[in-house]
Amino acid sequence: MNALVNEFIIKLKKRKIEGSKATAKLTAEVLRSCISQKRLPHTHQAAALIDAIRTIGEKLIAANPVELAIGNIVRRVLNIIREEDVSLTAAAVGGLAVSAGSDDEDDFKQDDHPGLSAAAVAAAARSTLRPPSLQTLLEDIPQSTAVPHTSSSGGDSEGKSKSADKNSKSRKLKHNVIEAVNELIQDIVTCHEQIAEQAVEHIHHNEVILTLGNSRTVMEFLCAAKEKKRSFRVFVAEGAPRYQGHALAKELVARGLQTTVITDSAIFAMISRVNMVVVGAHTVMANGGVIAPVGMNMVALAAQRHAVPFVVLAGAHKLCPLYPHNPEVLLNELKSPAELLDFGEFSDCLDFGSSSGSPLLHVVNPAFDYVPPNLVSLFITDTGGHNASYMYRLIADYYSADDFVVKQIDVLK
Amino acid sequence: MVAKKDAEEELARTPLQAIILADSFTTKFRPITLERPKVLLPLVNAPMIDYTLAWLESAGVEEVFVFCCAHSKQVIDYLDKSNWFGQPNFSVTTIESHNAISAGDALRLIYEQHVIRGDFILVSGDTVSNMSLSQALKEHKERRRNDSNAVMTMVIKQSKPSPITRQSRLGTEELFMVIDPETKQLLYYEDRVDNLIGYLSLDKALLTDNTSISLQNDKQDCYIDICSPEVLSLFTDNFDYQHLRRDFVKGLLVDDIMGYKIYTHEIHSSYAARIDNYRSYDTISKDIIQRWTYPLVPDVQFFGNSATKLERQGMYRAPEIKQSRLSKIGPFTVIGTGTSIGINTEISNSVVGEGCSIGANVTIEGCYIWDNVTIEDGCKLKHSIVCDGVTMNSGAALEPGVVLSFKVVVGRNFLVPAYSKVSLLQQPIKQDSDEELEYADNSSGIPEVPSISGTLDKLNEEERTELPDSQEYDVGDGGVGFIWLVSEGGQEEELRHSVAPIPVDKLVAIMQITKDEVDIPNEDGSFLPPSGELGPDSITNDSNEDAEDIRDDSIIFEREVEATFQRAVEEDVTDDHVILEVNSLRLSYNMASADCAGALFYSVMKLALDAPHDSPNELYKNVVTTVSKWKKLLKYYLPSIDEEIEVILKFEEMCLESAKEYSPLFLQVLHHLYDQDIIQEEAILDWASEKEGAEESDKVFVKQSEKFIQWLKEASEEEEED
Repeated sequence: MNALVNEFIIKLKKRKIEGSKATAKLTAEVLRSCISQKRLPHTHQAAALIDAIRTIGEKLIAANPVELAIGNIVRRVLNIIREEDVSLTAAAVGGLAVSAGSDDEDDFKQDDHPGLSAAAVAAAARSTLRPPSLQTLLEDIPQSTAVPHTSSSGGDSEGKSKSADKNSKSRKLKHNVIEAVNELIQDIVTCHEQIAEQAVEHIHHNEVILTLGNSRTVMEFLCAAKEKKRSFRVFVAEGAPRYQGHALAKELVARGLQTTVITDSAIFAMISRVNMVVVGAHTVMANGGVIAPVGMNMVALAAQRHAVPFVVLAGAHKLCPLYPHNPEVLLNELKSPAELLDFGEFSDCLDFGSSSGSPLLHVVNPAFDYVPPNLVSLFITDTGGHNASYMYRLIADYYSADDFVVKQIDVLK
Repeated sequence: MVAKKDAEEELARTPLQAIILADSFTTKFRPITLERPKVLLPLVNAPMIDYTLAWLESAGVEEVFVFCCAHSKQVIDYLDKSNWFGQPNFSVTTIESHNAISAGDALRLIYEQHVIRGDFILVSGDTVSNMSLSQALKEHKERRRNDSNAVMTMVIKQSKPSPITRQSRLGTEELFMVIDPETKQLLYYEDRVDNLIGYLSLDKALLTDNTSISLQNDKQDCYIDICSPEVLSLFTDNFDYQHLRRDFVKGLLVDDIMGYKIYTHEIHSSYAARIDNYRSYDTISKDIIQRWTYPLVPDVQFFGNSATKLERQGMYRAPEIKQSRLSKIGPFTVIGTGTSIGINTEISNSVVGEGCSIGANVTIEGCYIWDNVTIEDGCKLKHSIVCDGVTMNSGAALEPGVVLSFKVVVGRNFLVPAYSKVSLLQQPIKQDSDEELEYADNSSGIPEVPSISGTLDKLNEEERTELPDSQEYDVGDGGVGFIWLVSEGGQEEELRHSVAPIPVDKLVAIMQITKDEVDIPNEDGSFLPPSGELGPDSITNDSNEDAEDIRDDSIIFEREVEATFQRAVEEDVTDDHVILEVNSLRLSYNMASADCAGALFYSVMKLALDAPHDSPNELYKNVVTTVSKWKKLLKYYLPSIDEEIEVILKFEEMCLESAKEYSPLFLQVLHHLYDQDIIQEEAILDWASEKEGAEESDKVFVKQSEKFIQWLKEASEEEEED
């Protein structure tokens, strides 16, 4: 298990894994294998599991603090463990309540509140763990029906064999968690498709769409609209200094889309002809701000100036529960200047031997831009379109407030 | 065919191997390397070998053999501790030797161990790079398939040498390479330019054998070689090969019997450089801080280095730094973990290691301060290297280029002079010959210095007790350490390879010297002034230098014209052909037509002079005959008065310098030229009036021809009157 984690950490440290989607998927897979190999004690299983994931998660986050998707996935997995634990306890209590009703001499620890119904316990536990979200408030009814269902199944197992109960429960927790993590991985893999499905609602006939750089999500989104027989044109800003826009243009043309490549500096000149800007993101922060490839803020400002809708596509794994003012969020990464200019050409500008000894030429190559929330018109995630001000609510659905800080403070003190 | 394919697959299956030479076999980092091997010296707070290993690992190398020689135990201990040995898919094996004194010996030893099975990467343990090897390897394998003699691929990178110092930014000598632009084959390699004194001679065969060659001096040798197994056996066959470049590469290039070929692979966007001397240590550190080596930068934990955060303006700060609010930390600075910095201290363009304590009012500029260094209040440091455990008492100062080796203590208010090297160990008194010095790290270094620092201290104490008289330290009050003397003539070397930039006045001096060097072959008598004597005032000579350059050209041109003329006389070439030839010479040397006239006239007069004669009279007769013979030719080059004046001046010069026999005949010859209509009276008059303002000594011939000029003047006046 350690070897696997270490290998992943080394890869992260060396910046060998690029792109938040790939990172998210690999993180989830590593955590899944950690969970499946973890031997759990008989009591406080969930706590033990949470601790284990936390320690690993902390290392993973430290390995590449810039890639916020790692932290997101670690928090998601922690949340999954908590939820599964709650639903299992609810089931157990439910079963207990059933058995207590039938058979009074059974003595269990939970005897102090025998009158509580299983559903009430579960709801109470849920509400302590997680603030009520819009989703849960709206879906109140199906949830309450779901709880008795699980409780009855729990009651069944209880009835079958009491001695094997603990064992099966531990296996059940692990099993359920792994199932849920599998679902998470599935979600990460298919988030493109989920987002792309919504494309027809946003792209209309004869529109001009502008995008910057290369994002897989954006490409799928545009192609989905094309497949639905929408005819529109795409302007691709090349995205200096990595010029990933070139790759995107190639791909779009291969799929039969009318594509125009422009330089980043021409964005302002072209924006008045554009109907909508569609871009990908590196991370979406809790306040609705976006960390995106460098140059994005310029596009957002240009779009605002000409009142062009600025739409950001982001899979759920890109939603980060942290705020950009948080000190532990390292917002940027400076890449090698070699991407900007040829070292050989400038080697005489960087000769420290015969000048003052301090370099006169500095080259700065940041990887990301921060786009403030007021510049974003719409977020499109797997679950639909959302306003920037709604992001914190969405995030509350995916993460438990206890996990916002993954770092274990008690360890430091 | 099938067998060949199998073999190819076999080749592909063998894991990619690399040899790291964890010893540079030079003494450029002395005295530091007497106590610690070069590959373990910290480069921006991480040992150099970590950079090399981290790069090899990320480039997909699977097996690495680290060849340790000097201080081998320290290297092995370090690798043990830093768990490089326990990496998945990356095996590190050490090979230890105590008697290898060169890279050649090392490779011979590795050959004997039969561990290299296929193509391998050969680097030294002080290489910093982030290049991807896949492309170079592919090219290498491709060439190998077509030609089994292509044994090596050298990695090169564009980097212009400084026009003034003639050295690359890494402090190495300007490198000349001849490369076939089509095949990228290396045909010529010369890295010791000081031997050449401005000239480069290439084998004529290079031009006949290749359709095109390109001679390049703007490439830097990265010292990353992709070698075939044959390279090892070649070293074994040629037991006198020591140096990788000087012996091996040049040997292969010169020797065309075996027909082995070396190719080059140029990298563009990625970085590769080797730390060869203090200058390259400085340059590469700055490159790392400026992130050219990404992802091998301080804020990425590429291996075992502590977490560091990059702040604005390229400031890297590790956690747990105690920094006074009044201290100023400038851009492009790295501060290590647990360092404390006092009030009003200024640090710029520097690297400070872990656990250092820096007092108040300290100025640190362009320095490399390693771990656990104590710098007390009011110290001033400029462009220096300060090793582990050094203590600088308050008020001490380091001038540019100083190197303080391990645990040196600098006394209160002591000023360490520029470019001095201070160590606890005394400088080896025995002066090795040049050859031995190259490899002295082993021959004399090891017996003197045990590799473990603990015993080293003991040894020092022993020394101290043994030699109480000579143990007077020379680094001030309360200081501990010896200042090493710079050997005679090493000053220049010191300057070029130091961490400190070359001061402006020295640059001017170097510029002077390089210009003189170019002049030597032409100015027979001139000598090279010793480097130290040329001060900053020599800048005033610059314009003269330029003028001299032009004069040199004209001397060569004159000789050419003379040779052409001589040939014309001997072979009886017609005037037209001579004119043609002289014109082409004029164009190629970019001369004015006046120069042609002068040169040609000189040649004519020389011919007359060379003809046998006993008395001035006979000489005059010679002149008359030759001039009349070549009159047409001379006339062709004298279309206007300017050229004619030039001819007179030339003649005057001849009389004064090269052909003194003419001086009594000056007037006669001039008169004859006038009679022959070669020179008109205006030219003579102009010449005379030009000379009026000249010094007395210059007027000899004007006086001689005074009467003639007088006569001419009267004649012209008469004409005007008419």
